[in-house]
Amino acid sequence: MLRIVLAEDAVLLRAGLTEILDRSGHRVVAAVGDAQALARAVEEHRPDVVITDVRMPPGFRDEGLRAALDLRARHERLPVLVLSQYVATAYATQLLGGDGRDKGGLGYVLKDRVGEVSEFLETLRRVADGQTVIDPEVVRVLLAQQTAARPLSRLTPREREVLGLMAEGFTNQSIGTRLGVTEASVVKHAGNIFMKLDLDPAEGNRRVLAVLAHLRGGAG
Amino acid sequence: MSLADEAGTTAGPDDTARPDGTAAPDGPTAPDGTAAPDLAVRRALGRRPPAFLFSTWPLRCWLHQLGGVLFGLGVLLALAVLVSVGILLSVAGVGLLVLACVPLLGIPVARLERRRLRLVEPVRLADPHAPVPEDGLRNGLPRRLRHRFAERATWRESGYAALLAIVFTGAGLGVLALLAFSCILVASPVVVWALAPETVMIIPGRAVPGPLSALPFGLVGLAGVALSGYAAGWLTAGQVWTARMLLGPRRDPDHHRVIELTRSRARLADAFEAERRRIERDLHDGAQQQLVALTMTLGLAELELKGSAPEAAALVARGRGEARRALEQLRDLVRGIHPQVLTDHGLAAAVAEVAQRSPIPVEAAIDLPRRLPPLVEATAYFTVTEALANAARHSGASRVGVTGRLVDDRLILMIIDDGRGGADPGAGTGLSGLADRLAILRGRLTVSSPVGGPTQLRVEVPCSA
Repeated sequence: MLRIVLAEDAVLLRAGLTEILDRSGHRVVAAVGDAQALARAVEEHRPDVVITDVRMPPGFRDEGLRAALDLRARHERLPVLVLSQYVATAYATQLLGGDGRDKGGLGYVLKDRVGEVSEFLETLRRVADGQTVIDPEVVRVLLAQQTAARPLSRLTPREREVLGLMAEGFTNQSIGTRLGVTEASVVKHAGNIFMKLDLDPAEGNRRVLAVLAHLRGGAG
Repeated sequence: MSLADEAGTTAGPDDTARPDGTAAPDGPTAPDGTAAPDLAVRRALGRRPPAFLFSTWPLRCWLHQLGGVLFGLGVLLALAVLVSVGILLSVAGVGLLVLACVPLLGIPVARLERRRLRLVEPVRLADPHAPVPEDGLRNGLPRRLRHRFAERATWRESGYAALLAIVFTGAGLGVLALLAFSCILVASPVVVWALAPETVMIIPGRAVPGPLSALPFGLVGLAGVALSGYAAGWLTAGQVWTARMLLGPRRDPDHHRVIELTRSRARLADAFEAERRRIERDLHDGAQQQLVALTMTLGLAELELKGSAPEAAALVARGRGEARRALEQLRDLVRGIHPQVLTDHGLAAAVAEVAQRSPIPVEAAIDLPRRLPPLVEATAYFTVTEALANAARHSGASRVGVTGRLVDDRLILMIIDDGRGGADPGAGTGLSGLADRLAILRGRLTVSSPVGGPTQLRVEVPCSA
């Protein structure tokens, strides 16, 4: 069971999300409608995970996203799952723009993923566990870019595929199942990816680093 | 002349370079008509003295004045001959006819003057005369003469001819005399040295003892040359300005209406932009939220039914898939109306998003120090999307470059692809529509697309809010 603070300005969606979360055995300790209330609720309830919308009052721009960044600056390991109405790699890069080390879980997914309830709950669990999860749509957009200057162009199509699934937060084992290959070959691909993206294998959260390299390439 | 033309919208491969290499940002016919006349020679005079004096401008102005003086004297002579012949023959009656035709002399004079002006002014003056209406049978000389006499342009031109023959010729003679005298003074030390001392008198009665004592006169001569350069410049500016007032097409009766139309068009465009944002907001807050809520409810129902009624669960899953597709279509629609990322993050981020969706690899380098006015952002954004769509559809390009920067408070946007070129800006409605939208903002769109490529789109929009 996770204790959740939820920030979403649309009443309909707030109710829907609360219902889904409550029904699946979690507890929404606070459901709020704007960024200030979100900050207060987090101070008050110290939740296990925060779910927030990007666009919220008063400006209806990226208040939720900025609130999430503020929260992560103050609470080192607070997992945050950001819901977005549409794909914007600008949001994703802003959210994941840090060095990606020693921080709690982070997620950026499209709102309509919530409809696939079991997958959404799985995403939430991964974020709460400290993993990074990026929406497959964002990943797809990033992988579609093949400009020569970017380090990603050095990857083979298969390696891109593996990196895409890694970015979505899957384990080597489940990547292997999805691609119909053995876990060992996924490990080999992963090794190649780290090498090609100039990542030191000794470093901690390598998957997150790979994802970040990925996103920086996209932002470039 | 269409409204778009007046706002300086151009779409043609030959319009990228101006004859003198300078840019005239608003063109001579700024739509509000309030700005001071933007003359090339006037701009040159505004430079610092060394920059003006050591450019080609003094020479061009002197040449223009020399031509003007010769031409003016010719016109004066022609006038004198015509008038005296007219008076002499007036006894016979024919003379009155000759006298009546004197104003028509202005027409050929004006035609030549307009051509002569191109020496000092890159912006061509259009012929103000309306063509004689075709009327099959009765299209003889008297009819054409009547038409010309009825035109105000004819009378303005004859006024200009008189001004040229008397005022400008006189002033031009003065400037040229100053130049000639100054040149002689400049040369005086050399002359004194070449002849013999004590033989040359600059001030009457006092012979110059040697070349060195002639030096001060040389310096005075240099100052005189500079003075005559400026005098020729200002006289030319006055002449170009007068010519523009008298020899170009006039819009006076319609001018205020054009200003008002331009303003109301800008207001309309603003209103449309606000409306687009409102629609986008409404779709986001209304239909989109409803659809997301629907997918959530269906998702929950699917979860509930999974164990007990797998078939019903499959149906619900299908419904959820359909709701999602509707949501995706709605999102695409919103993107076409006014993308949220543009509102939230501005042009650079929005262009980066379009670049990511483009089937051709796009190098986008939009470097702006601040957010631009909303209408400028939206217009620039849709220009980029249209250009990228065109590149993907027709050009066969393998890559596209998009750059944007702010120069003197004007957004300069360039979109270049390495495709096969030969794009016809007039063919599609997309580009001409964008040119219209840019014209409202007093911006301009230039397309250069030679066969064989590359295709280059250049957008220039003033950004002062």
